[in-house]
Amino acid sequence: MSEKEKKNEIMEELERWEKTTLPKWMRQRPERRSEFRNHSDTLIKRVYTPEDVKDLDYMRDLGFPGEYPFTRGVHGTMYRGRLWTMRMFSGYGAAEQTNQRFKYLLKEGETGLSIAFDYPTITGYDSDHPFAKGEVGICGVAVASLKDMEVLLNGIPLDKVTTSMTINGPAAMLLAMYVAIGDKQGVSREKIGGTTQNDMLKEFFAQKLGIFPPKHSLKLVTDIIEYCARHLPKWNPISISGYHIREAGSNAVQELAFTLYDGIAYVESVLERGLRVDDFAPRLSFFFASHNNLFEEIAKFRAARRLWAKIMKERFHARNPRSMWMRMHVQTSGCTLTSQQPLNNVTRTTIEALAAVLGGTQSLHTNSFDEALCLPTEEAVRVALRTQQIIAHENGVADTIDPLAGSYYIEALTNEMERQAMEYIRKIDDMGGAIAAIEKGFFQKEIADSAYKYQRETDEKKRIIVGVNEYKTGAKAPIPILRIDPKVEKEQVSRLQKLRRERDNGKVEKVLEKLHYMAEKDENLMPIIIDAVKAYATLGEICGVLRKIYGEHKELIVI
Amino acid sequence: MQSKKKIRVLIAKPGLDSHDRGAKIVARSLRDAGMEVIYTGLRQTPEQIAETALQEDVDVVGLSILSGAHKTLFPRIMELMKGKGLTDVMVFAGGIIPEEDIPEMKKLGVREIFGPGTPTDTIVQFVFDNIPKRN
Repeated sequence: MSEKEKKNEIMEELERWEKTTLPKWMRQRPERRSEFRNHSDTLIKRVYTPEDVKDLDYMRDLGFPGEYPFTRGVHGTMYRGRLWTMRMFSGYGAAEQTNQRFKYLLKEGETGLSIAFDYPTITGYDSDHPFAKGEVGICGVAVASLKDMEVLLNGIPLDKVTTSMTINGPAAMLLAMYVAIGDKQGVSREKIGGTTQNDMLKEFFAQKLGIFPPKHSLKLVTDIIEYCARHLPKWNPISISGYHIREAGSNAVQELAFTLYDGIAYVESVLERGLRVDDFAPRLSFFFASHNNLFEEIAKFRAARRLWAKIMKERFHARNPRSMWMRMHVQTSGCTLTSQQPLNNVTRTTIEALAAVLGGTQSLHTNSFDEALCLPTEEAVRVALRTQQIIAHENGVADTIDPLAGSYYIEALTNEMERQAMEYIRKIDDMGGAIAAIEKGFFQKEIADSAYKYQRETDEKKRIIVGVNEYKTGAKAPIPILRIDPKVEKEQVSRLQKLRRERDNGKVEKVLEKLHYMAEKDENLMPIIIDAVKAYATLGEICGVLRKIYGEHKELIVI
Repeated sequence: MQSKKKIRVLIAKPGLDSHDRGAKIVARSLRDAGMEVIYTGLRQTPEQIAETALQEDVDVVGLSILSGAHKTLFPRIMELMKGKGLTDVMVFAGGIIPEEDIPEMKKLGVREIFGPGTPTDTIVQFVFDNIPKRN
């Protein structure tokens, strides 16, 4: 029997089943809903068959791990060779406390660091700025100068551990501090490994912690990518992030499409600098959320890899296969956690982490069960890390590569995810690119509408959230809450003020003047920012110089 | 017949945190329920919030904060509003505010605090039920 005849036979059998067997069941056990849809509003069929993947060409669409189009994974041995990096996003209080937390996590088997900074640091204000009042060390660790960074990374060997920093507006300054610590430790710049998030475009419509206007922000992003391409070969200068787009309320397709479009914009910007695509593209990295629809998320990760590979090959004519790799970090979805019955969050996080692993991530953060209430306690973060270790070692899910490939459902969803994302990409192309779309409020409106829809569905119980709109218990679960001692702010402010008294202020003034001059001349600012942090100029002072020249971003409000 | 004056609500984001998903959803829900809603956008200082409340002549202020800085910022906002004579404006709040901080916030005059997972209808109904009687 030929392939075609076999397909026809299956179609005929499906029709027969729908006419004979199914109606009986529909009478006896009618379906729970009139239709089933995933977050991206894709209609989910009752059952998937070979018919749904009839156009799938194995070598064209899937191929083998480590080979184009990388649908099955970027590495040839995937987790059989090396498990994903277990990288827990952490930071709270002053540098000393976070340093202890880092050491605790490394001792417990974490394999990479990830720094969470407090809001003043993220927004480029020193800990003693009036806007910083009440925020110092609360949602992350306070880093106002190299002094704090020295404490934060004390005893951490930068040639052995890689570090990811969730920092965007002041990414250049924090990277400069990291490089300065490496210099002090005597680690050569070729050996320093890690990631700066440094994805400014999504700041304007998702995370919304941008400092400078889009054009100048993009200039700084490009400076970092260019500098790393030349001097820090193991550093991922950017982590193009869908996570915040998703957390702000987008659906999976929007997360995928907008993230890839941001990636396109960065590639274009660096190409305009005169670099060749294969000189920097291998170090571009990505960051996605893993939300609560298991199969939709797995399909998203697979579609993301395939689509990025195609974009790099077809749109940007990359030749080095590594330029076509989408290496990704994944974080389980914070917005799926509930403050009601918080221990249920362990289960949610487990399933979301499983999706990331089945989807082939390179690095994973698992949220702690108490994070709808506070930053994680030591116990909560340990359970979150153990969740990854259990998935890695106990359940066999890491023993074969891309285990769900060939599933009619997964492949159909992967195709659909790619198709819908491409539609968005064409639409944004037509709008004139990412910055034009931001200025029109396009991304903002798309995200706000999806967020509102999700909330309505929850309110109307079309979407059941256990413990929130069903299976509620009246009693509050008494779990311990991590609180930041108000002393932290006082001590941090006095450390900063002591630094300002004791450093060579003449040297600081000079270096800041030079920064001002070079920023006006539109030079690559990385080298001078490294000089500035080494002279103990503070984060707020450096950002202050740039604020004066570039101005500040004004949020376009879209409800 | 004179049409009834619309309830005017200011939804404000004090502090540096940028989690505006909840604030925007609440703003939209109140607007869909027929209220006039002004949303401040992110990173508003207590001074800016009190001034906007005064200028916009609102009946209600909803504060949204997820950064943990409420203990510093809420007292300041309430004090500034009082200083501007906005004592009849009803203030409610939402975001991540630990259970044990709620009595302290209520003592300041924050009428109600809605945590994560609150249905929007609950908030809409609360505003209708607690709208201050003016004039």
